[in-house]
Amino acid sequence: MTEFQTSRTIVGSTGISPRIAKDATPVQRARSIKGTMTKTMTESLPTLPKVRTGIEGLDEITGGGLPAGRPTLVAGNAGSGKTMLAVEFLVRGATQFGEPGVFMMFEESAAELAANVRSLGFDLEELAAQKKIALDYVHIERNEIEETGEYDLEGLFIRLGHAIDSIGAKRVVLDTLEALFAGLSNHGILRSELRRLFRWMKDRGLTAIITGEKGEGNAVTRYGLEEYVADCVIVLDQRIQDQLSTRRLRVLKYRGTAHGMNEYPFLIGAHGFSVLPITSLLLDHQVSTQRIPTGVARLDEMLGGLGYFRGSSVLVSGSPGTGKTSLAAKFIETACQRGERALFFAYEESSAQIVRNMLSVGIDLERWIKKGLLQIHSSRPTLQGHEQHLVTMHDAVRAFRPTVVAVDPVTNLFLAHNDAEVKPTLMRLIDFLKKEQITALFVGLTTSGDATSAPDDSQLGVSSLMDTWLLLRNVEFNGERNRTIFVHKSRGMAHSNQVREFVLGDQGIDLVDVYLGGDRVLTGSARVTQEAQERAAATLRGQDHERKLRQLASKRKAIEAQIAALQAEAEAETEEVHFAIAQETLQVTATHLDAAAMSQQRRVTTGTNGEAKENP
Amino acid sequence: MSSSASLATGRKTAAPPKFQLRLYIAGQTAKSLTAFANLQRICETHLAGQYFIEVIDLTKTPQLAAGDQILAVPTLVRRLPEPIKKIIGDLSNEGRVLVGLDVQPVAA
Repeated sequence: MTEFQTSRTIVGSTGISPRIAKDATPVQRARSIKGTMTKTMTESLPTLPKVRTGIEGLDEITGGGLPAGRPTLVAGNAGSGKTMLAVEFLVRGATQFGEPGVFMMFEESAAELAANVRSLGFDLEELAAQKKIALDYVHIERNEIEETGEYDLEGLFIRLGHAIDSIGAKRVVLDTLEALFAGLSNHGILRSELRRLFRWMKDRGLTAIITGEKGEGNAVTRYGLEEYVADCVIVLDQRIQDQLSTRRLRVLKYRGTAHGMNEYPFLIGAHGFSVLPITSLLLDHQVSTQRIPTGVARLDEMLGGLGYFRGSSVLVSGSPGTGKTSLAAKFIETACQRGERALFFAYEESSAQIVRNMLSVGIDLERWIKKGLLQIHSSRPTLQGHEQHLVTMHDAVRAFRPTVVAVDPVTNLFLAHNDAEVKPTLMRLIDFLKKEQITALFVGLTTSGDATSAPDDSQLGVSSLMDTWLLLRNVEFNGERNRTIFVHKSRGMAHSNQVREFVLGDQGIDLVDVYLGGDRVLTGSARVTQEAQERAAATLRGQDHERKLRQLASKRKAIEAQIAALQAEAEAETEEVHFAIAQETLQVTATHLDAAAMSQQRRVTTGTNGEAKENP
Repeated sequence: MSSSASLATGRKTAAPPKFQLRLYIAGQTAKSLTAFANLQRICETHLAGQYFIEVIDLTKTPQLAAGDQILAVPTLVRRLPEPIKKIIGDLSNEGRVLVGLDVQPVAA
């Protein structure tokens, strides 16, 4: 009765036993390269062969991806995004890099997983149908299993091997192996089998992600999986700060290659996983010399006559009510008028409110919204963590492709939080926008409305990231409050050092020269009074001049009359003199004639002394 | 299931055997042989005439591993009676195998 026909089966060859290739040479290593973390992460020296994950930011941090043909451990708390990272690694591999992958899950079923990642835009079932991804759900229930005696996990190897062979997989995800520790009581066997599993995967050249639950205290994983995965360890973390949760990623270890050491925030958005590295973004944006107007002619004039540089970041800061939003809206409107797309992120007012309010200064935003050139995204800053805001902005910018973006106010969004965390976030936003050649105008709210003090400190951290900084201030004098504007800095262009008055009216925004009266800057009605006074003084001066001229004219006339009279007198005298002379000449002539006649007569009457005596 | 071999032992009964067992193995290893030998002995001792064993070699039919959620080998699966029960290991502890199969030991 114990015929044992089964021996036929048992005796068969061991087929694809994974144990054969135990000593095969692993993929070449380049351990000697222990480069420091420099900004040039893509070194020309030969480094470890790497496999790109396709996950935004992660490839930059790791300098090209995960180690090829080796397992990488991704550890983190529940809900920290391990599975998402792993799924995206497989999906990107299958869809972008032509590397099919096997997802072996131990905690949730294939259907559950597919449903979970559908929100990220990944259709695992479709990919599975296309044989790009194989899903295998390994369910292990401790209370269903009785253990007696020796065993090994060859069944797991066979399943994995079968899945890999069925699609020619290059990538493998095991999520999470730790379920095995809960399911099997003999951890001795389990550990030796895991060691064998990793060896086996390396020998087959599989790039794998192993996920593991974060352990107590400093332990990377609860069951010490890091012991087996020595090449690359990535730690994910989700923490709550100020009631907002942020996620962080850190490459704890990456043997044989340089990698970013910092904690990098990451997000799980509508387009999947996205790590936001700061240091890996090299400062190598394209720069444009093209200028775009600010929308206020006089302001353009202050900025070298042409306005902002395209792709630059502009900070408009000022205390409440200084007209920051109006300036931003004007800028947006001007962009729309040029036919460019603009995006307005509002964190204080709803879009309807902005549209209404801006209408009061002659800016019609509604029109551009209807034309599809403008989008206003309004949300509460506290709605989500600033990382999440950032990803929302990324998504919006990606979707709408604007050339101009305004954020109002950037201070509420970011600066309400811990400064140390916020600056990098803002830096990433600016970097992102610069990379896309988008001109960004950030509205910054300063807390102190003091006109005379130095710019508020809260802006200083941000300002270094900005190319152009316009400062709006309230000046309170003479019983009224007026707005002034000046250019605090503007990189790469000649800009005015003058303070101008910023006037908001029905017709829009204008800048007016201010008056410097004594040691004060005069604005508003004081300026108007000053103007009136100057006008009156000018009129008066004009009149005075005319009077003087008239006086001069009449004086001249008088003198001229005098001259004429004198001349007449002179002429009369001349004539008199001439007459006298003529008279005398006549007399002389007459006398001569008399004398001649006398002498003639004498000659006639010589001898007659009588006559001569009669003539005494 | 070409690669599996069955071993029916209920010669005299026309009704299907009460216990339907499946033993998953991966090639002819010492553990597999031990497990099969142990199973054989236990069944003969305690379940004579009411069992049916099917042996599946996963190295030949790897696609069958997922169906019964096989991870460890050897694994003995009690398909019938319900509920499904699994015993992993080389079945060297007779007492635990009987507990796992939910079988009352036959007094010696």
